[in-house]
Amino acid sequence: MSAPILEVDDLHVRFPISGRGILGAGKRTLYAVTGVSFSLAKGECLSIVGESGCGKSTTALSIMGLQEPTEGTIRFRGKPITGPGAPSRMARAKAAQMVFQDPYASLNPRQTVNASLAQPLKLHGIAGSEATDRIAAMLRSVGLTAEQGRRYPHEFSGGQRQRIGIARALILEPEIVVLDEPVSALDVSIRAQIINLLQDLQEQFGLSYVMISHDLSVVEHMSDRVLVMFFSQIVEQGGWGEIFENPQHPYTRRLIDAIPDPDAALGRARKATEKVHPVPPPGWRFSSDGSVAPDVFSPPEASELVDIGPDHKVRLLRA
Amino acid sequence: MRLGFNLVFGGFLTVVVILAGILAPWLAPFDPVMDANLMNAELPPDGEFWFGTDSQGRDVYSRILYGAQISLTVGIVSQVINSLIGVTLGMTAGYWGGWWDDLVNGMTNVMLAIPSLIFALAVMAVLGPGLVSLLIALGLTNWSWTCRIARSSTLSLKSQGYVLAAQSLGYSDLRIMFTQILPNMMGPILVMATLGMGSAVLSEAALSFLGLGIQPPFPSWGSMLTDAREMIQLAPWVAIFPGLAIFLSVLGFNLLGDGLRDSLDPHMRTRKA
Amino acid sequence: MTVPLLEVKDLHVGLPIGGGQTYPILKGVSFQIMPGEAFGLVGESGSGKSVTSLAAMGLLKKPLRTTAGQILFHGRDLLKLSRREMRKLRGDRIAMIFQEPMTALNPLATVGRQIAEMFYLHQGKSWAEGEKLAVEALANVRVPNPDRRAKNYPHQMSGGLRQRVMIAMALACDPDLLIADEPTTALDVTVQAEVLRLIKELCTERGTAVLFISHDLGVIASTCQRVGVMYSGVLVEENWTEALFTDPRHEYTRGLLGALPRLGSRSTQGRHRLVDIDSIIPDRSILTQTRFISPRGEGASA
Repeated sequence: MSAPILEVDDLHVRFPISGRGILGAGKRTLYAVTGVSFSLAKGECLSIVGESGCGKSTTALSIMGLQEPTEGTIRFRGKPITGPGAPSRMARAKAAQMVFQDPYASLNPRQTVNASLAQPLKLHGIAGSEATDRIAAMLRSVGLTAEQGRRYPHEFSGGQRQRIGIARALILEPEIVVLDEPVSALDVSIRAQIINLLQDLQEQFGLSYVMISHDLSVVEHMSDRVLVMFFSQIVEQGGWGEIFENPQHPYTRRLIDAIPDPDAALGRARKATEKVHPVPPPGWRFSSDGSVAPDVFSPPEASELVDIGPDHKVRLLRA
Repeated sequence: MRLGFNLVFGGFLTVVVILAGILAPWLAPFDPVMDANLMNAELPPDGEFWFGTDSQGRDVYSRILYGAQISLTVGIVSQVINSLIGVTLGMTAGYWGGWWDDLVNGMTNVMLAIPSLIFALAVMAVLGPGLVSLLIALGLTNWSWTCRIARSSTLSLKSQGYVLAAQSLGYSDLRIMFTQILPNMMGPILVMATLGMGSAVLSEAALSFLGLGIQPPFPSWGSMLTDAREMIQLAPWVAIFPGLAIFLSVLGFNLLGDGLRDSLDPHMRTRKA
Repeated sequence: MTVPLLEVKDLHVGLPIGGGQTYPILKGVSFQIMPGEAFGLVGESGSGKSVTSLAAMGLLKKPLRTTAGQILFHGRDLLKLSRREMRKLRGDRIAMIFQEPMTALNPLATVGRQIAEMFYLHQGKSWAEGEKLAVEALANVRVPNPDRRAKNYPHQMSGGLRQRVMIAMALACDPDLLIADEPTTALDVTVQAEVLRLIKELCTERGTAVLFISHDLGVIASTCQRVGVMYSGVLVEENWTEALFTDPRHEYTRGLLGALPRLGSRSTQGRHRLVDIDSIIPDRSILTQTRFISPRGEGASA
């Protein structure tokens, strides 16, 4: 495999929460992301899954440069894009772009589709007929017509808005696209169309995806590799087959079992917990299964991500 | 835009005030200052002097038409200053946060704690009476609500996907504020400014009534009320008509503001032809 | 054959659009729910599934109105009841839980008090008795430390706990029918799984029938014995859950199931494209012209 396009190295994000007392008494620290590391290969789809508050969105915002990491570095093609010496916003723009969850809040209601696609192009020195051609081609790629480009966002359905959001993310031809719950706000039939579109575009433009999702059915369908996050940390990571066929961490198993899948519900698919009971490597034990809500204001228990197979790691505690 | 009663009636009153101000030189039968004639003093309304005459024998109707110029200038200019200050402070505070936000918040709270008329009085005391100082005084007084609205709109717009997208597309902070945030909060700001015009007209009247605004003999609705004070029982028309003018124009601005609030909804906008 | 608990017969709901015209929202929906049965209505947004449940509760918001049909509950037509009679029925014989428990709970009262109110209003218990029963009700929905939790306000609880409180309130008077409208859509997956299991267990235990409304085929499959698929105001297919998912008859149901990424399907089928309903059915207007309602056979209800 070629050199990774994106490397996240020991990322930490902590938020100071001001206390209620006078003079900042009771000031606390919220641990949002603790020691997250991963790398993304060209053309790969890596998914970060977990429940609300697990740190997956903060990780995504850090990759986008929208959230300054407290510690750690993020490198794009080997060059750091955080901390001192980080490239400007303009320079970063061609590295990574983002598709947002809520198609209703992600488009400026006062700009036509063409305007919201033309502005970033103009900013990066592309105007005139070249810009017009690129916008028309991009609209076609996401399944919209050039005529629809003259309309305002409120004239579109949720699925069409998501297509516009994807067009905006791709217009500068970034190499990485961060997908933040790209289909969770959409109806089943629209969801399928957008998932198909994302896969087509990935192939067509050779895109690398980082997908944030809580929907494991979509994750299994789209991903090459999966990171499972629980309470600011990665608890398990590996290829999609490892995670879905051979889940080791109790929390991963809990998450997979919780999916309301028709086949699982009707007993046609075996539940993860009914498969062979995983045994931790000697000298280690599994951390909690996530059934108890963690205290987000204290640092997580000392534990390690341990290799248990090729491209498969699980967070374990020393026994 | 939906046409509600507020919008139509408020708009109508506002247009009447604007036309009265613009067309005063042609509509007024007499000069508001020079045509003083003590022989005609304190005449009740009749065919010649529609709204009667004041103690100097000047035509009240003509003075009210010219007074509309003053009221409009005060209303519009002071609100433009207010909105510029309020939007600039509020939007930057909301967008950048940190110490700048704390500072702006502090200033806003101080301004809100001081009764605006008292603050305007203090400014007028420093600058001296006159139209220009009146405009500056009122322009500096009422930006705190606009600032608060601009700040809270910015805070909520800042987390919208399209603002985050603009950041990742490489837009600078100023560009984001002007192209992504400002257009989406123009509605409430415009409403505040329109409502503020009403209160500016009232403040002008009050300051002029206290002798700090427009100086006699030039007509402003407030100074006309001052003049009318001593003879309100003998010649009530001298007080009633300027009072009515203030009432109707303030009502007009407020209804227009309410009407705009109801109808300024980006979702009502359709494609540009 | 048993008598149905709830029978919706040819229900039409319309939106008046002026000039004596109405725009149809529900175009003749019929289904039955037997006592103790869990029935699911599944569909995409705009299919009319929520309107159906609101009509059954007599909670249709103006200007929507029922233009034809019957909703028989214990054989009585709910559409003919006075508002007072309907109010007496709601919360007592028919209860409802909603998607967002935060908005459905009163933020200014403790949850114990709010559950106690159900006993006070519908069973004529005193407040003191009601609060004692409220603690019991919280224990029944497996809230840990129920006596302490009863003194909490809604904002002091997590989304999952609040939904449990809603369930405790809904089941307080042992209703015959529970209407659950997207009860777990706002919750995290693991919490959703717990809440669904809780609803299923409690209703089976008490013999409460459930009308389950959801956009999520998986949620419906894991909770209901019988399923109706709605599209554009029409119940296009109804069958026993197992049969509907293994052998969908209606084109729309087939499209919907094909559009769903299924867990484990990638291991067996490899990476595949999901079914795009619009490409297999370009003219969606034909979808409402056919309906497949499978009869309730005696043996099939196992």
